[in-house]
Amino acid sequence: MSPADTLRFATRAALGYPLRTALMVLAMSIGVAAVVMLTALGDGARRYVVDEFSALGANLLIVLPGRTETGGVNPGSFVSSTPRDLTNDDAAALLRLPLVLRVAPLAVGNSEISVGGRLREVMVVGTSADYLDIRGFGVASGQFLPREDFGRASAVAVIGETIRAELFGNQNAIGRMIRLGDHRLRVIGTMGPAGRGLGMNSDELVLVPVATAQAMFNTNALFRIMVETRGREALAPAQRQLEALLKARRDGEFDFTVITQDAVLGTFDRILGALTLGVAGIAAISLAVAGILVMNVMLVAVTQRTGEIGLLKALGASGRAIRLAFLTEAGLLSLAGALAGFALGHAGAWAIRLAFPALPAWPPDWAVAAAVGTALGTGLLFGVMPARRAAALDPVQALMKR
Amino acid sequence: MAQIELDGINRIFQLGDSQVHALRDVSLRIEAGEYVAVMGPSGSGKSTLLNLLGLLDRPNAGHYRLEGRDVTTLSADEQAAVRSARIGFVFQSFHLVPRLTAAENVALPLMLAGIPPQERTSRVTQALKDFGLEPRAHHRPEELSGGQRQRVAIARATIMRPALLLADEPTGNLDRATGQEVTALLEDLNAAGMTLIVVTHDPSMGERARRRVLMEDGAIQHDLRRDAAPS
Repeated sequence: MSPADTLRFATRAALGYPLRTALMVLAMSIGVAAVVMLTALGDGARRYVVDEFSALGANLLIVLPGRTETGGVNPGSFVSSTPRDLTNDDAAALLRLPLVLRVAPLAVGNSEISVGGRLREVMVVGTSADYLDIRGFGVASGQFLPREDFGRASAVAVIGETIRAELFGNQNAIGRMIRLGDHRLRVIGTMGPAGRGLGMNSDELVLVPVATAQAMFNTNALFRIMVETRGREALAPAQRQLEALLKARRDGEFDFTVITQDAVLGTFDRILGALTLGVAGIAAISLAVAGILVMNVMLVAVTQRTGEIGLLKALGASGRAIRLAFLTEAGLLSLAGALAGFALGHAGAWAIRLAFPALPAWPPDWAVAAAVGTALGTGLLFGVMPARRAAALDPVQALMKR
Repeated sequence: MAQIELDGINRIFQLGDSQVHALRDVSLRIEAGEYVAVMGPSGSGKSTLLNLLGLLDRPNAGHYRLEGRDVTTLSADEQAAVRSARIGFVFQSFHLVPRLTAAENVALPLMLAGIPPQERTSRVTQALKDFGLEPRAHHRPEELSGGQRQRVAIARATIMRPALLLADEPTGNLDRATGQEVTALLEDLNAAGMTLIVVTHDPSMGERARRRVLMEDGAIQHDLRRDAAPS
């Protein structure tokens, strides 16, 4: 029996029982569609998060005081002395590097803000004028922190949207005096709503000049220094320059850490990628179930067509020809199911994108290939047993059955 | 050398604890072109004999030589090849594949033998014409009368031009008139040189055969020959 004939024969056989074939294809397609849709959802979430983080500024280097060793406690953790603090002078020095575009020192702490009789706890961020551009925030009214020397402690503040609403309500906040801890500051601007990222919500922040914050918290240390480089290509060389400079400034001691936005992004990318993979694995269970269904359906087909198998044997069909015919039928059912599921899954992903336009829910290619491949694989694998059973039927017994 | 030589054939079925001796020491010689009717009561072993002759079953003991070749020792696939080329079957219940048209049913043996589609079409068309089935070529078995169905089955059995045609109660499911038609068709094929072996209950059909093998209890009781065919 030629391959073309086998294919035609199997197709006719599959079409000969339309309800059975349709149900089988439906089951298989639901499995494939589940994989395609769930991975689309997972990968969409991954892309969404990655995009959000990239929006923070992809050319960002973040300098932390101390050498953080990811990998737990090592002998160095016990002998090394307390790391030297990062200071405003360090930040000012970094600004002089040729590949560095902007520098924002950060000094962070909690304090109480009060206006009139109202009082609340707030997070105070001491920083500089460049912070606005580095984080991509917007000013709603007034102006941001003035561009001035990092050492200068001007008595001004920029407040977040929530703070403004809670303290001032409908009144104009610009020019009003607030009390922040022991300091009296003048509000010169308010932030636009909904800037977020890296665990800080700009709606609930009070931004002051870095030296003001340091005076408030009685310290010279910086929490972080954010550095924006001139373009993405400059990221690696800028990091080397920055490390060399800081090392020179602290007697050759490498007691600080530089992380890139890429590293943070990469971590999220990996976590969400693993999540997508996990979801795909769960969905793949439905494919295994569909595979068992293929076996079931094919076993029923062998029983149903026992007489026909006996006849084919009497007409001189070899065991191989019968095996191939039934295996081809199982393969065709799986293929039809896989294709239908592929279409169904893409339709589902499209519906998700329609419902949640923010979520780029496109199924990744690997998931689609894996789903269709697994469907075909399980279909054929589970088709082997029924096909062998058909080929092994005794022709006399088979012919007696009708 | 006879076309079919059976020597000391025994076939024993195991049914639970008991053994059923379906064939006991059957020895038989059939020449090419003979017309043999195998007759006997139910359970006399005539169907078992036909299955053995058609290589659908294997004897427990004895030898079967078909055209001088010992076919009892062949593998299942080698036997399938012999069936494909040399043996045609006609069944009481026709055994047509319900989802295939008459033409496709007739083409089945050609397809299984791997004959290219163009040659298949021309041979099937010719066969359907020979058996007067041309207008019914694209009908499914359920749309055909009993006689037409059996004609399709005979066309299918002979499409590979086998040397041996085995018929198991070919008229059993047909009324008398169509039964006679089918009998005549089979006899025409025999007249053209095909060996015809018919298992039948029907004495009138048995009467027409030139040789009658009467079976009882798994053994051949009588082997009657008549020299001249009825004219």
